[in-house]
Amino acid sequence: MTDNVDHSKRRLLIAATTAAGGVAAAGAGAPFVLSLMPSERAKAAGAPIEVDLSGIAPGTMISVEWQGKPVWIVHRSPEMLEMLGKHDADLADPASEVPQQPEYCNNPTRSIKPEFLVVLGICTHLGCSPTFRPEVAPADLGSTWAGGWFCPCHGSRFDLAARVFKGVPAPTNLIIPPHKYLSDTRLLIGDDSKGNA
Amino acid sequence: MNLLTKLVGWIDDRFPLISTWKAHVSEYYAPKNFNFWYFFGSLALLVLVIQILSGIFLTMNYKPDALFAFASVEYIMRDVQWGWLLRYIHSTGASMFFVVIYLHMFRGMMYGSYRKPRELVWIIGMIIYLALMGEAFMGYLLPWGQMSFWGAQVIVNLFSSVPFIGPDLAILIRGDFVVSDITLNRFFALHVIAIPLVLVLIVVAHLVALHEVGSNNPDGVEIKKHKDANGIPLDGIPFHPYYTVKDGLGAVGFLIVFCAIVFFAPDMGGYFLEYNNFVPANPMKTPEHIAPVWYFTPYYAILRAVPPMFGSQFPGVVAMGVATVAFFFLPWLDRGKVKSIRYRGPIYKAFLAAFVVSFVGLGYLGLMPATPTYTIISRILAVVYFAFFILMPWYTKIDKCKPEPDRVTFK
Repeated sequence: MTDNVDHSKRRLLIAATTAAGGVAAAGAGAPFVLSLMPSERAKAAGAPIEVDLSGIAPGTMISVEWQGKPVWIVHRSPEMLEMLGKHDADLADPASEVPQQPEYCNNPTRSIKPEFLVVLGICTHLGCSPTFRPEVAPADLGSTWAGGWFCPCHGSRFDLAARVFKGVPAPTNLIIPPHKYLSDTRLLIGDDSKGNA
Repeated sequence: MNLLTKLVGWIDDRFPLISTWKAHVSEYYAPKNFNFWYFFGSLALLVLVIQILSGIFLTMNYKPDALFAFASVEYIMRDVQWGWLLRYIHSTGASMFFVVIYLHMFRGMMYGSYRKPRELVWIIGMIIYLALMGEAFMGYLLPWGQMSFWGAQVIVNLFSSVPFIGPDLAILIRGDFVVSDITLNRFFALHVIAIPLVLVLIVVAHLVALHEVGSNNPDGVEIKKHKDANGIPLDGIPFHPYYTVKDGLGAVGFLIVFCAIVFFAPDMGGYFLEYNNFVPANPMKTPEHIAPVWYFTPYYAILRAVPPMFGSQFPGVVAMGVATVAFFFLPWLDRGKVKSIRYRGPIYKAFLAAFVVSFVGLGYLGLMPATPTYTIISRILAVVYFAFFILMPWYTKIDKCKPEPDRVTFK
């Protein structure tokens, strides 16, 4: 009985059935996996937002929500801007060589207008939102602290241009989102296309 | 023949009822010298049942929606009759599950229960442990408090540090660009059906594999070497009634502790239920100090101890992953001549003690803020942790073991 079995034909048929079944299973599995990706509604939630800058006093910051994430807008005072260049040696990437910002913000202040910093308030380490600590040399952050952000989760430190210090868990500077000025005091976050601006 | 016997007979003609009962309970011969440490297997099963039962009743009032989730938990706590009890049972059960599992794993390490022929029992057990971590992590998002949100944010971001595919992987997990309502909804689905289903199946596989090779014991010697004329191990006793009764005592003791926590200290000073989680999730503001729940903190401390390399957090994530997965390899790392710690030499005992110190120490440091001193201690303890595994083939081989007894010792 077994002598009559054509084993090579049987193997071929098993392989063909397995391959065909595998393709069908992968095809049937695709919709399930794709349903896990962001929905159209989630994608649409990323629309640009408009912010009025006139109410932000020098030395303070506001936090607005864009794509479900905090975006900080800091009005840097002249003293704050003056201190920015003084600690380049302590920074991991003082010249912002890692592309964490649009081309038009790749400058020493990481901004379009030096006094206004627009930055995504999400730590580049593991996504916590760092705390704004504008005061100079507070007891808990040490005498060299010239203002910036401190991440409560894992102790990362950033200066007032959102550049990361050396020796902290965060590997890169904070991200500058695309943005543009609609007028002197009106800012659009999430869109930097020219044209109707 | 009475009616009950008839009914059992009727079923047994159509389903392997009696033979299954015999194979796994009344004629499963377990070593007679089980001690205190052997409570934790059956206790883990008990906690699984507690979690499934209390969980089913919680889902009847919980709403997996970012707008309503936090309020629905408060509703369960305040308005649902006995809802507070159901929730505290479930939250206490989560922590106690890990207490029991960690002790159960430690038992296996002490007595060499992972050694041949029980490698697969150990590996299936480790898969259960990983599934349990996933189950606990997803369950922790559901109350939608500040710690839920930021804990999930940090853990999902671990995946985004994977080179090349990381950012897309994180989006696939969240279903969104941030932890959102979509994430909450899918974690609910995974927490209440997908993972529990898998858990129950692999727990069954764990027991089937165990009953195939037979239980180890505190002496680490095989009871199957000496059998009587009927093929029954001389040092074996039937699981029922001997160990059902013994485990019943363990269950009562466990439930006393369990109830004491549920009724008198359900938040356990902020370790079982973190205080920041009584604040609704706010994606705009991270709490001043965040830490995972205590059962994840050893790995979290290892993650924090590794500095970023090549502008990436990935090395820390890898260290954390390796620290979890290292247990899988114990059956092949251990070259000792004996299984049980009772007959091991001083070197193994010292390494195991150092490992326990590093695990507990890292667990403590993972709860604390990352200060420079703590970071250095974490690094030292992380080295000890990995040394336990990496050096194991060497130190278990050179260790001076005592002679094993031929049969189990029993007073």
